[in-house]
Amino acid sequence: MTKPKISSDWMCGCAGCHMSLLDMDERILKIVELADLRATPITDLKEPDASGVDVGVLEGGINNTANEEVAHKMRERSKILVALGDCAVFGGVPALRNFCGVEAALRRAYVEAESNEEGSQIPNDPELATMTQTRAVHEVVSVDYNVPGCPPDPDVIFYVLSELAQGRKPELKDELLHWH
Amino acid sequence: MTTQKITIEPVTRIEGHAKVTIHMKDDNTVDHAYMHVNEFRGFEKFCEGRLYFEMPQITPRICGICPVSHHLAAAKASDALTGQTPPRPANLLRELMHMGQVIQSHGMHFFELAGPDLLLGFDASPEIRSVVGLIGANPELTVKAVQLRKFGQEIIKTLGGRKLHPIFAVPGGVNKALTMPERDSILQGVDTAVETLQLGIQIMKDWAEKNMEDINKFAVFPTGYFGLTTPENGLELYDGDIRLISREGKPLEKFPVANYLDHIAEHVEPWSYLKFPYYKKLGYPGGVYRVGPLGRLNLAEKIDTPLANEELKAFKQLNNGKMVENTLYYHYARLIEALFAAERARVLCEDKDITSTDILNTRKNYTGHGVGVLEAPRGTLIHDYTADENGKLLKVNLIVSTGHNNWAMTNAVDSVAKTYVKGPDIHEGMLNRVEAAIRAYDPCLSCSTHAVGQMPIQVDFIAPDGTMIKTLKRD
Ligand code: SF4
Repeated sequence: MTKPKISSDWMCGCAGCHMSLLDMDERILKIVELADLRATPITDLKEPDASGVDVGVLEGGINNTANEEVAHKMRERSKILVALGDCAVFGGVPALRNFCGVEAALRRAYVEAESNEEGSQIPNDPELATMTQTRAVHEVVSVDYNVPGCPPDPDVIFYVLSELAQGRKPELKDELLHWH
Repeated sequence: MTTQKITIEPVTRIEGHAKVTIHMKDDNTVDHAYMHVNEFRGFEKFCEGRLYFEMPQITPRICGICPVSHHLAAAKASDALTGQTPPRPANLLRELMHMGQVIQSHGMHFFELAGPDLLLGFDASPEIRSVVGLIGANPELTVKAVQLRKFGQEIIKTLGGRKLHPIFAVPGGVNKALTMPERDSILQGVDTAVETLQLGIQIMKDWAEKNMEDINKFAVFPTGYFGLTTPENGLELYDGDIRLISREGKPLEKFPVANYLDHIAEHVEPWSYLKFPYYKKLGYPGGVYRVGPLGRLNLAEKIDTPLANEELKAFKQLNNGKMVENTLYYHYARLIEALFAAERARVLCEDKDITSTDILNTRKNYTGHGVGVLEAPRGTLIHDYTADENGKLLKVNLIVSTGHNNWAMTNAVDSVAKTYVKGPDIHEGMLNRVEAAIRAYDPCLSCSTHAVGQMPIQVDFIAPDGTMIKTLKRD
């Protein structure tokens, strides 16, 4: 039997959910034994296989046009999509930006900050993504499993991935369901 | 004239999202390369109106790789804002947590993020050029690396209850004392951590010997160097004054952190969400400087722990006592610092005050303004808060470690592209070297734009009239 393929990416998060994945420590060897880790931020492939992966994992919400592309591509190419962590599940701390709005946040950072050079402007090169409202993953694409926590505990991540890698449905309840 | 453009997106094995564009000339050589940082989150704005004491919980969400840096910088800024100087044991405990973070962050970067380039080769297949390939090639070393990171993370968890986004430092001190059994269990792990780091240093030295040519032509350029130091100009990661030296190593400034605005400013370019700090007196880009491991070791005249100090002496000889300008030596400097952090963790645990319960000063002398600075794994981190009389934040300014290195990373990308990328046949190994230039700085792009988040790589070839000829993506 070929090993199930897992791919992951991060969007508007802090990388902490991926760090929590690494915090499963030696058990990462077990995951590598059970599954084939394809494109992730810690491996060198650039995007999920065009032929598809079994499990796609997204960290972070969606707050710009580049993230939208990442989310759509991961959804299209994954049989099962997991939203990992509070940012992915409901927007998390970065969604606080929705209260002040994109424009005010950009102005503060690039025009008004005390340390800025006189006359600084908001970056606007066409190479750059355009900022949007911050949204949870499920507001942009359909999600199969929402795994909350900031970050989710390594034990929870291990449980979810190893269950999915073995073709079972993870069930998050009791000890495994944390919001913090 | 630019004939084509290569885009590398996403840059992998770095924290956050970046993209590189390489503009080619008619003769298939590189005209110019840019690093674009493609995310912006806006912490500075949306923290306005929050209460200052929430900041040690909110700002770690800027970065999951060094959340402790933000946690502690926020607490230090809050100490200043309320005039609550933490008692000595609290400072020792905060510094211990910081050492845990330096060990885990530097260790992970060397073995798990940059390591695959060094241990498996810049030209190894992207299919295996990662920690997964490393598990296959050298499982024993991988397990040691995993355990090193675990040791650092366990220190953080012991003190702050969790490995990520700990709940520990509060204005005026910390919220939990260290028990003797906890202290002993940290002490027990120090020797193994030191051994793994010495092994890493040996791997780095062997690699350097075999790859001297790469080291000497891979993004070597002069800049100033900037960071905290001890009063005697020794290596310092938690507290002290900021020191700035010139590209020749001449002292330029030494100033208390609260005065940072007198000395540095940030330049904004339209093509990146990441700003470019520089030394005001010399202007931009004349006043650019580097921070982080290479910057700090160029700044430091000594290290106050014996093993790391011996390594520092060898480091200083790399360029016969002159400044070490080679981007690839960041990796070497990073390991020396991690060794210092492990030794320093032992010194802190052996201090008689480390298990004291005098950990919080509640007496306030409220000023409403505070600057908190420390040396995060990637460089100097500055949090600057102004609050009203009720503690509600009016202004937040953050200058984050990776930001200080923005000019250097951009320049390294340009320089490496010019050295290694030649057409018409562009192969993947060339592009990986361009990414490796960024990786050497171990950027935290989420941090740096508080910000910025992602580092992808894709290469677009663009014709002189601006039309896209082709796109190279690695998948
Ligand atoms: S959920 Fe928390 S740990 Fe995960 S990306 Fe968001 S802020 Fe970071």
